[in-house]
Amino acid sequence: MRLEPREQPSLFVTLLYPALAIFGVLVFAGFLVRLSGANPFSVFTLVFKGAAGSQFALFETLTRATPLIFTGLAAAVAFRAKLWNIGGEAQLYMGAVATIVFGTGLLPLPAPLLIPILLIVSAVAGALTLLGPAFLKVRFGVDEVVTTLLLNFIIILFVSLLLEGPLKDPMGLGWPQTKKIIAEAQLPRLILGKRLHFGFILALIAAFAVWIINTRLALGYEMKAVGFNPRAARFAGMKVDRIMLKTALLSGGLAGLAGLSEVAGLKGNLTLDLSPGFGYAGIVVAMLALLHPLGVVAAAIFVAGIFVGADAMSRTAGVPSYIAQVMVASALLAMVTALMFTRYRLRWK
Amino acid sequence: MTTDTVLHLDRITKRFGALLANDAISFDVKEGEIAALLGENGAGKTTLMNILFGHYVADDGSISVFGKTLAAGEPRAAIQAGIGMVHQHFTLADNLTVLDNIMLGTERLWRFSSARSQARRRLTRLAQDFGLAIEPDKTVAELSVGERQRVEILKVLYREARILILDEPTAVLTPQESQSLFATLKKLTNKGLSIIFISHKLNEVLSVSDRIFVLRAGKLVAERPTRATTRQELAELMVGRPIAEPRIEPQTRGDIHIEVASVSTPDGLDHADLILHGGEILGLAGVSGNGQTALANLLSGLTHPASGRLSIFGEDAQGWTPERVIHQRIARIPEDRHAEGLIADMSVTENVIAELYRGPRFSRRGFLDWEAADNFARDIIIGFDVKCPSPQARVRLLSGGNMQKLILGRTLSLEPRFILACQPARGLDIGAVSYVHERLLAARKAGASVLLISDDLDEILALSDRISVIYRGRISAPQERNSVTIKELGLMMAGHGFDVPGDAHAA
Repeated sequence: MRLEPREQPSLFVTLLYPALAIFGVLVFAGFLVRLSGANPFSVFTLVFKGAAGSQFALFETLTRATPLIFTGLAAAVAFRAKLWNIGGEAQLYMGAVATIVFGTGLLPLPAPLLIPILLIVSAVAGALTLLGPAFLKVRFGVDEVVTTLLLNFIIILFVSLLLEGPLKDPMGLGWPQTKKIIAEAQLPRLILGKRLHFGFILALIAAFAVWIINTRLALGYEMKAVGFNPRAARFAGMKVDRIMLKTALLSGGLAGLAGLSEVAGLKGNLTLDLSPGFGYAGIVVAMLALLHPLGVVAAAIFVAGIFVGADAMSRTAGVPSYIAQVMVASALLAMVTALMFTRYRLRWK
Repeated sequence: MTTDTVLHLDRITKRFGALLANDAISFDVKEGEIAALLGENGAGKTTLMNILFGHYVADDGSISVFGKTLAAGEPRAAIQAGIGMVHQHFTLADNLTVLDNIMLGTERLWRFSSARSQARRRLTRLAQDFGLAIEPDKTVAELSVGERQRVEILKVLYREARILILDEPTAVLTPQESQSLFATLKKLTNKGLSIIFISHKLNEVLSVSDRIFVLRAGKLVAERPTRATTRQELAELMVGRPIAEPRIEPQTRGDIHIEVASVSTPDGLDHADLILHGGEILGLAGVSGNGQTALANLLSGLTHPASGRLSIFGEDAQGWTPERVIHQRIARIPEDRHAEGLIADMSVTENVIAELYRGPRFSRRGFLDWEAADNFARDIIIGFDVKCPSPQARVRLLSGGNMQKLILGRTLSLEPRFILACQPARGLDIGAVSYVHERLLAARKAGASVLLISDDLDEILALSDRISVIYRGRISAPQERNSVTIKELGLMMAGHGFDVPGDAHAA
């Protein structure tokens, strides 16, 4: 049994296998739901209703998708250049820390000035967080999977230290949390009375910007070339190390913006449960989107929808919301397998 | 089929998807003859031999050895039937002795004693019988390439092979080593063995074989007794159309373009000297692995001299980067087009601008002009006859020859002043080779300097004005092509005339 590449996958094949993958995931998840004693069809209906069945549900899904778009873009940008940034979580938290440092009254500026400054400082904080591992990679060949992954734990402990020390809210009744950001630092709500905020628009702009970078800018072309064949890129005169560092700055900056968006758009202050793993989920989002920046938006909304929908479903149907994680994980595996089959065919001899 | 036929292939057919790799190929080999299998890359030689040796199963057809049908798809059956294969890339363990390498796999697994002394006696006798001098107790790592090949042949003889298949056996040898291999092969056939000699080099095939089978695009197109054919006829049979040999018109040399003065680099140059003028092609011969890659890296801007002096077009070029080198209109044809020349997963358009995208022609303030890039790609596709569906096609889908044309198009369309051509014809069919050579000669006529680094002496002798030899990182003083013989070059490739300390070959 072996794999043979297809010369030019037909449109039928390109659509068939992903469709089969989604069907397979539903069957698999339905089987698990059945095991927990509920009716799969009613459970899936509840998940869908919870994710997109009402205006409230839809806005909730988009709110949840916002940080995922940022971290998804961060992973997509880095992975395209084969810079394996697993540290989205750390960069997100550093972006959040920067937002708190500059957004809690240090700069008494009006919103139209303060918010752009916060965008910059949070992006810079995220970018610098990834710059270290990227530098170690290009200079000494240190594996960035290890450094970025471990840096997540270091940064979260560092944030914990800040929350118990310099950034601790004196009025917080002893809770490890920061002060609230000032009103001028808050991202405006898009619709009065809903949680969906301006961060979502920023995420869409970011996705569009990354798309332009990838397709139109020399930098996007360089990142792609370095990702596919660094030796040939170097031979052609590209400064591979410098391109790698630029990729790191862009990727880390995008993840840093996720931190800003969550703090200034939603939570108002920084606690240790700011991110339930948005940095890691961003990797899943980027893979589902095949690293395409516009695909990241769709994939982020899909993943967010499953999580939000499953939460709502578990309240009504009594099936644990862990089913959401199973669905997202098996969707990723199925999609990766399906994509392989669009490019290869199985031969039995 | 006559009584002295030892091997008979009957209508062997093998398909890979849409590709018909072997199309009903029938031939036979007689006792005591050397049958040459001649064909370009992709003609189906290797597929056919892999079927014969049991690595692949044929879709149709049968093989008989000494009158008995050979079981398909079983290498073990092929070995037992008396077929032995000497691969192009050696399959020896460097850290074991010659004797151990030869015994490897011939002894039964569950036995405590090893029949070493018996094996040694057999090996010594074999070596004497066939005139293959060998020291059984040396480790393979201590042997030269020619000696390693001898071990490979002995390994096959030890397994009592009666039919030897040699796959491109001279690719790694100096001309002298090749001559000694040919003498060995004659001795083997005198003892009644039969040999299938696979090659794409016409001169070799003509000098060693008794009969020649020509393969083209999966078909057996001709069978010729070696005595009754010519180089020209074989070339045309291989390619399927007439081939013009390159003509070099004499012309005067221009200014000095490249000056390498006593340069050493960490990756293999050792006080190398080289001077290259405009309007000349300098051929650099040498057994591969003697510093050719290091010289190419140096002149490409990938490495810098650790000591010595490098100047290009009269400027100090010690610290030049690839970007600077490209900017100076230096065209580089890399040795390995897959690893260095092209990015296989990107499109033709994306590949042709890889060296040029920074310039104002293709970018403005960091934004790329894809329309200009597509037009450039189309110009190259037409101008250099690259067969590809569109500028958007991924380069991975192109054949080796078309990839090479793409690289040529990318660099030569910019009217280069110096061309660094590393193995420019490697792996190409004759048609593509003559195309590449024409382009190099045209550049020479236009006043460019060309450094032709090649393992193929025929290619160097056909194109060069002057020829140098590289050996262990040193480069010999160039000699006029007309005043040098293959024999002299071969001796130099083995180290004669080089003053390398601690080297037994140096004279």
